[in-house]
Amino acid sequence: MTRTDGATPAGRPGDPRVLVVVPAWNEEDTLPAVITEIRSSVQGADVLVVNDGSTDATARVADAAGAAVLDLPINLGVGGAMRAGYKYALRNGYDVALQVDADGQHDPAEIPRMLELLRTEDLDIVIGARFAGQGSYEARGPRRWAMRVLSVTLSRVTGTRLTDTTSGFKACGPRAIRLFAANYPAEYLGDTVESLVIASRARLAIRQLPVTMRPRAGGRPSHNPVKAAFFLLRAVLALVIALSRPTQPLPTGVDR
Amino acid sequence: MSGYGLAVGLCIGVVLLLFLLLRTRRVREKYAAMWLLLALGVCVFGIFPNLAFALADLLGVQTPVNLVFSGAMVVLLLVCIQLSVEVSNLEEETRTIAEEVAMLKLDVQRLREADEARVAPPDPGADPE
Repeated sequence: MTRTDGATPAGRPGDPRVLVVVPAWNEEDTLPAVITEIRSSVQGADVLVVNDGSTDATARVADAAGAAVLDLPINLGVGGAMRAGYKYALRNGYDVALQVDADGQHDPAEIPRMLELLRTEDLDIVIGARFAGQGSYEARGPRRWAMRVLSVTLSRVTGTRLTDTTSGFKACGPRAIRLFAANYPAEYLGDTVESLVIASRARLAIRQLPVTMRPRAGGRPSHNPVKAAFFLLRAVLALVIALSRPTQPLPTGVDR
Repeated sequence: MSGYGLAVGLCIGVVLLLFLLLRTRRVREKYAAMWLLLALGVCVFGIFPNLAFALADLLGVQTPVNLVFSGAMVVLLLVCIQLSVEVSNLEEETRTIAEEVAMLKLDVQRLREADEARVAPPDPGADPE
């Protein structure tokens, strides 16, 4: 078995060391293709699959596809899986950590553009955003209002235009990795909405990049209005609580 | 036997139960303390019922029993909130431990693979690597 892990950084010297983190919960069907695609579209990047307490063969297929696997013994949710990923990135000295969903919704071909923007504009976080001109994702009714409330508020908080605040397609620079390794909420919407509030409070530079999203390989987004209304309520609650929380400074020095 | 006797008996029972649980370390002192205080407090009211009347009079509550009930409800509410806080703490601790376990597992797996790769060739001298 070949593996590309922290011990052997690939690519030219001086290039940033890139880790692609894929949080996965019971994604054995879509995961191998996603890993293969990431490896072919991002040269020299390491892939880390965080197996979030799956009951299927997620960890095994990820290992077979050549990814490093962080095998969480219990299900922690996306936020929990991602904090583990950021901790791994921090402890193994990666410069950039990207989050890519395991369901095939995020197109790894967009990653080089995100890395380029992160580097050239000296940003801390680049969000791959749908609704921003590219792609054809549509949301309706209360879910759309919720998205709107979130994007307007978070655009104000972060001081940059954000149209897709619930996107899980993100690239994080060294300072963002340091922040998120210590403080990444496991709450509902914590991994998207609240993490943006935390990042902007720590004065990190955030920018979005319009990307094309693909339809999810498994499962479809629900258009149930009751669920959407609940989503709106929980989103507003998450936002209010996140905004009222005292500022957490960027951790310095020690890497744990 | 009056109703007060029953209340006192019940409270003494609760105190004894907590004491036994503490003795066998099945409940930690920081959780038991509140229940102990509560049970002892009710004991005091049971033994000196006039205390409840005096207190109700002082606070402007017309029926002393309502004072006791509302007091009990507030205390139970506070206990429930405290338990929620403790559960949240536990979840955060579990989360951190799960992360560490996952990272250690990966470390162990890599060490084992490195070890196997080192040991595997039967004749180390002949190995070009």
